[in-house]
Amino acid sequence: MSTKYETVIGLEVHVQLSTKSKIFCGCSTEFGKAPNINTCPVCLGLPGSLPVLNKKVVDYAMLAGMALSCDIAEYSKFDRKNYFYPDLAKAYQISQFDLPIAENGNIEIETDNGIFNIGVTRVHLEEDAGKLVHEGSIDKSEASLVDYNRSGVPLIEIVSEPDIRTPAQAKAYLTELKLILEYLEISDCNMEEGSLRCDANVSLRPEGQKEFGTKAELKNMNSFSAVEKGLEYEVKRQQKLLDEGQVVVQETRTWDEDLNKTISMRGKEEAHDYRYFPDPDLLPLEINQSWKKEIRERLPELPREKYKRFISEFSLPAYDAGVITGNREMAEFFETVLKDYNDPKNISNWMMGEFLRLLNENNEGPYDSGVSPENLSKMLKMIDEDVISGKIAKKVFEIMYESGKDPEKIVEEEGLKQISDEDELESLVDQIIAANPDAVEDIKNGKDRAIGFLVGQIMKETRGKANPGLVNQMLRDKLMD
Amino acid sequence: MNLYDLTIHELKDKLNKGETTVAEIRKAFADRIAAVEDKVKSYLTLTDDLAAKNAAKYEEKKDELLAGIPIAIKDNISTEAIKTSCASKVLENYKPPFNSTVVDKLDAAGALIIGKTNMDEFAMGSSTENSAFFNTNNPWNLNHAPGGSSGGSAAAVAAGECAAALGSDTGGSIRQPASYCGVVGLKLTYGMVSRYGLVAFASSLDQIGPITKDVEDCAIMTNVITGYDEKDSTSVADKAEDYRKYLKEDVSGMKIGIPEEYFNLDFDQEVKDSVLAAVKELEKAGAEVETVHITDAAYALAAYYIIGPAEASSNLARYDGVRYGLRSEEADDVRSMFFNTRSEGFGDEVKRRIVIGTYALSSGYYDAYYLKAQKVRTLIKDDFDRIFNDFDLIVTPTAPTTAIELGTKSDPLEMYYTDIFTVPINIAGVPAMSIPCGFDSNNMPIGLQLIGPHFGEGKIIQAAYTLEKILDLKDKRAEL
Ligand SMILES: [Zn+2]
Repeated sequence: MSTKYETVIGLEVHVQLSTKSKIFCGCSTEFGKAPNINTCPVCLGLPGSLPVLNKKVVDYAMLAGMALSCDIAEYSKFDRKNYFYPDLAKAYQISQFDLPIAENGNIEIETDNGIFNIGVTRVHLEEDAGKLVHEGSIDKSEASLVDYNRSGVPLIEIVSEPDIRTPAQAKAYLTELKLILEYLEISDCNMEEGSLRCDANVSLRPEGQKEFGTKAELKNMNSFSAVEKGLEYEVKRQQKLLDEGQVVVQETRTWDEDLNKTISMRGKEEAHDYRYFPDPDLLPLEINQSWKKEIRERLPELPREKYKRFISEFSLPAYDAGVITGNREMAEFFETVLKDYNDPKNISNWMMGEFLRLLNENNEGPYDSGVSPENLSKMLKMIDEDVISGKIAKKVFEIMYESGKDPEKIVEEEGLKQISDEDELESLVDQIIAANPDAVEDIKNGKDRAIGFLVGQIMKETRGKANPGLVNQMLRDKLMD
Repeated sequence: MNLYDLTIHELKDKLNKGETTVAEIRKAFADRIAAVEDKVKSYLTLTDDLAAKNAAKYEEKKDELLAGIPIAIKDNISTEAIKTSCASKVLENYKPPFNSTVVDKLDAAGALIIGKTNMDEFAMGSSTENSAFFNTNNPWNLNHAPGGSSGGSAAAVAAGECAAALGSDTGGSIRQPASYCGVVGLKLTYGMVSRYGLVAFASSLDQIGPITKDVEDCAIMTNVITGYDEKDSTSVADKAEDYRKYLKEDVSGMKIGIPEEYFNLDFDQEVKDSVLAAVKELEKAGAEVETVHITDAAYALAAYYIIGPAEASSNLARYDGVRYGLRSEEADDVRSMFFNTRSEGFGDEVKRRIVIGTYALSSGYYDAYYLKAQKVRTLIKDDFDRIFNDFDLIVTPTAPTTAIELGTKSDPLEMYYTDIFTVPINIAGVPAMSIPCGFDSNNMPIGLQLIGPHFGEGKIIQAAYTLEKILDLKDKRAEL
């Protein structure tokens, strides 16, 4: 009988902070500029240049640390990580070695199998390197070019404890982490642009064993699904090796999206001795209580808290609460509508229904659409006040989405106002009764369903504008007494 | 006296009185350089264009401290669009796109920057013989070294090839050549002068400072170059003063410590006698002189030769041929480009220190070397602090000998030992000045080192000014 193995995964996530300027100079961090435009002597590492810490970067890292329930260091420092690579302007990266800005946190995640708490070992600050550019492929290119626009862009590295047990948990951890950072508005978290990068350490151990097995480090997973797929592949690979009585080699492996497998990078990446030592160009970072307090006050309600509150306070279904709080802008939109319109469930229904459908169709966020929270609450009130029917509202909503117009104006312009005047409907109701003797007969014989048919006919005639409740009542008054 | 022999304040006096003009001054120094540079070889680059540019602005700047004064700059201090080679092949044709903060300050003060001076490659050395290009000769005896690493700057001042100069001091690189060349050199408290634009050797030790013909000039230059700089995180705020107010002949009640352990070291008797004679003069002038005890300087030297190379190994890693400076022709991939560029670009001493530093930071050795050295550094700092609780100044020789003969010290360890009195000062981060206190039997200048507490530049200048008046050596010039 083969041994059962437990998977052990730890993630190292690099996140670009979205400050306007770089971590140690005043250069812009804007993505997509022409090569080497966003550079200066400091981020090019010219002789004699010196780094000066951008305080805002520290603010952002503190926010991240606090949101991940970390202890924020009172005394932190920067260290040099020394290695040669053409994209590394100074041939060392300014990072944090033994005194990171934040430690000992955790992230609560939820998967189909339950709720798990994943430890966060540390959050530390560092600068990004530049980027090598090749004409065509790296093998065929005549030369390597270097673009230093990214050199000195601020990063935080978030290292998890080896608490993750399945690839699905890894994906949930990443999703939650990304969401937290989005709520903090400190990063774009765009994996394609490289503003969020993830490496993973994976190992297996026989169930019940305390010691970790030999791990492989997984790189180059450029999307959340790549992380999940890469990990799944790697778990299977190691499982097979162990089942066959072979050993797992400690190495770095790269995920190949096209081949759908991980490939050993042995030989390409040698073991480095980074010779860390405190950077003498920077003073130690001392974070006092008032600075911490200032940052703590800026901490918004985090996604998990919001999710739980939406369920308990608004009685939203867990799924709906998850979808709405699963996107910072959706949650914010929801709560803005709620300020004017106190029926959370109804708001949620609309957001989960029409709104989400249109957003997905157009691949947009709520604020990209023509619908403003004010107009949505206005429209919902119009339904409640019988100005429009729920059905007409869908039409109003679509126009609102496209045009950004005020729903009252749309109703007026399009003549969509609900007809709730008995006099106005009287002759139409009589006409329909006259035109449908069979249905009338059915109703008289106690077949209640036939009323719905007549209501439908009237709605059709009025192009949905008749107040269906009123029509229903009028038909009953006329046909049953 | 010739114009080129004059000090900054003497030249300023003449300008103010209308006895000379900036054009005359410029010409006097240009002629002097033309006459003696072949013998002394102080300069790597002459920058008369830059001097002319600033001379043209003289009228609007004439109230500034250095208006119209020719100043030389050590070649590891960045000058925009002007070669800043650090006397290294790896940066032989490197022209920075920006000025260092001190050069901007000199500019603002109206100085005429007349050239970039020779030095030991990347400031690593004590004789300027480690320049990748040529030796500089001591104006007092051309067969002798000017000291180092700011040998070009000290020689240029001593030879009248500039009115004053900037050097940099990591372990004695301003004070030791000042001592060898019979001029005044000041290493300021760490953080007093912005390092922005100074090509880093050992970042936690490096300080830019003045080399001048007398103490008054030293105070003037110090006024110009000190001050907080937001571009240098290690620069200190609110400490700079008007140092001219310390130009007073008064040492009465000043407590001066004489470290017994330093004077007990085995070094040149003439140097020892000369320094102690000068101390006697200070005592006669009213200073209270007492013996003090201090940590063996050998520990400071050992710590220095770990910390300095460790930082250097990292600071010099950027010279890889990718962005600027030398790129080896003999390369067919990235690795060989790195390897060959650095092999061809660096001299032996620089390579030696990179290897030492890399080793000291390596995993498994870090604690035994780098961390231990940092602990020693803390102890040395504490030791100086302890002494300065009771004393205003400490006096030592600047160097164990007068200027060595060129080509006579081939053993690196023997060369390192010439820094024995100066290195502890950088380790502690305190200020110290070398001023001439006499001549040996070969008519080579002897330097005395005045060490002060953190931010004690004023006290140093006051004692030095007093001593200078008593000894009356300041108008003595090398004959060329
Ligand atoms: Zn920059």
